Amino acid sequence: MEIGLTHYLTVAAVLFTLGVVGIFLNRKNVIIILMAIELMLLAVNINLVAFSTFLNDMVGQVFAMLVLTVAAAEAAIGLAILVVYFRNRGSIAVEDVNVMKG
Amino acid sequence: MIIQTIMFYVFAVVTVGAGVMVIASRNPVHSVLFLILAFFNSAGLFVMMGAEFLAMILIIVYVGAVAVLFLFVVMMLNINFAELRAGFLQYLPIGGVIGVILLAELVMVFASGAIDIEVPTKVASPTPPADEVSNTQALGDVLYTRYAYLFQGAGFILLIAMVGAIVLTHRRRSDVRRQRIADQVARDPKAAVQVTDIEPGAEGTWKSD
Repeated sequence: MEIGLTHYLTVAAVLFTLGVVGIFLNRKNVIIILMAIELMLLAVNINLVAFSTFLNDMVGQVFAMLVLTVAAAEAAIGLAILVVYFRNRGSIAVEDVNVMKG
Repeated sequence: MIIQTIMFYVFAVVTVGAGVMVIASRNPVHSVLFLILAFFNSAGLFVMMGAEFLAMILIIVYVGAVAVLFLFVVMMLNINFAELRAGFLQYLPIGGVIGVILLAELVMVFASGAIDIEVPTKVASPTPPADEVSNTQALGDVLYTRYAYLFQGAGFILLIAMVGAIVLTHRRRSDVRRQRIADQVARDPKAAVQVTDIEPGAEGTWKSD
């Protein structure tokens, strides 16, 4: 059986769904939530590269690289905020993050 | 062709399995390690699609930088993870339902034939034949010409992220003595040298300040 575009899109869809479900299941643990976001961005990258390959268009890979950049920046900032939050409160439970509310 | 099919299914199944373990694992360190496994297998999928450069970048950036960052944070923060897992089963039904709905919608889109790559489209920058131009060179040809501004923008995003992360996590500690070069340079002889007239034979009247 020939591996076509739909196969790759299905893998990416499953991965994206796993990311969404992961955010729901681990409502309290910010680290796992950040990892679930990374999974979703990975799924988006698989989609972009799959379309780039099967449409013979290079631009998809350029965009995948930009998504990669943003994902790295987002992880760094997210973990920095997490470290500061932990230092101030001694826990990373997201449920009481709304102390920042005015 | 058969070997390609087998490799695709191996990579796909391991990626999805590792993704499941990332969100379901009891220990966050295991989650990070499964995330690394998922990234490696996605890199395999990228290689199968002919995007070798992005596959290598995925391993360098994600496994080498992002996953190690996660690992550092997980291991350095002293967190009671059992407590954080408390609501897991409580949220399982709603999370499962939303996941099934989302997945069904996405698969229905693929199955409906709405995505048809046979339809001739206008290709922005066609991929050159792989036996003439390598994937890295083809990517560079597009990235550094047509998308040069986006490339610069990505660099700025990384710079701002770096500055932001340093500013957020840097703290000025009061219990350590730091070298203040400006104070040292601004020090003049009047402040540093004290000339005292001591009478011969008298008890020392010099005292430090």
